Amino acid sequence: MLSGERLEDGEPKQSANLVEPGADSNLDSKLDTRPAGDSGDAQVLARAQAGDHVAFAQLYALHKRRVYSLCLRMLSNVAEAEDLTQEAFLQLHRKIATFRGDSAFSTWLHRLTINVVLMHLRRKGLNLISLDEALDPSPEYGPIRSFGAPDLRLTGSIDRMTLEKAVETLPAGYRLIFVLHDIEGYEHNEIATLLDCSIGNSKSQLHKARMKLREALRAPADEEVAK
Amino acid sequence: MTEPNNIPKNGAVPSDAECAAFQAQMPERIAAGENLEDNPHMLICERCRSLVHELEYIAEAARQLIPVEQEPREDLWNQIQLAIERGEA
Repeated sequence: MLSGERLEDGEPKQSANLVEPGADSNLDSKLDTRPAGDSGDAQVLARAQAGDHVAFAQLYALHKRRVYSLCLRMLSNVAEAEDLTQEAFLQLHRKIATFRGDSAFSTWLHRLTINVVLMHLRRKGLNLISLDEALDPSPEYGPIRSFGAPDLRLTGSIDRMTLEKAVETLPAGYRLIFVLHDIEGYEHNEIATLLDCSIGNSKSQLHKARMKLREALRAPADEEVAK
Repeated sequence: MTEPNNIPKNGAVPSDAECAAFQAQMPERIAAGENLEDNPHMLICERCRSLVHELEYIAEAARQLIPVEQEPREDLWNQIQLAIERGEA
């Protein structure tokens, strides 16, 4: 598929672009605020790069939670997340000698992990949303649903658990865009590069993902109003 | 983008149909780089403004999610180690 081609609703493209871990990005500053352990594991990293298996095991211990949690958030499936955590660390083992330190190691590993997940989704094909959604990509846009139930902002009804669960229910493609942009902090131009789509397409998919989330978050209130 | 018929005449409150039309066009308008807040329909429609603000609120809530790190199953490292020994890495 050509770059800039339109993403089907909620679906990651099959020809997702794989960005070289460590490619220029403004993500470093965002990621470095998280407890990645970069400052403490420079020695371990150097030894792992030199082929020290014990050091590689230490790197695994330091980063397994972040890698696994990222996979789990993007896939919402424990078995797949574990498989891809394994694949990410196998790729890390293969490529670790190529890490030059142009970006933080945690950023590099983060991108490597996202690439592994994108490759997995590409292999899985496009059967990621239901037929109904494929045929009617925007069934949620009737304004009638905006009436009745109180505004989410007024009810303060978005707590962590509720939001996490709602994200899990998103179709895979919508979840991917939402997690990359609104949770992981990727910019639309970065997502467009990763998914080989246009920036506008990334924006419109994100809007649809948020609409889906809103629908899921409002469901309890809407049901209450309907009673 | 040309304005569709989603702006009521005579300053009336937009109808359901007008809002439906505007909301259906939102993805395309956003894709085209339009700032929805500046759209004439938004200026007079409390309902669509509220919708857009709710979406922004959801995004803001997501941004404030501190990643909760979870532990993979304990024997995953053994599998990785075996795969490395088998030369799969």
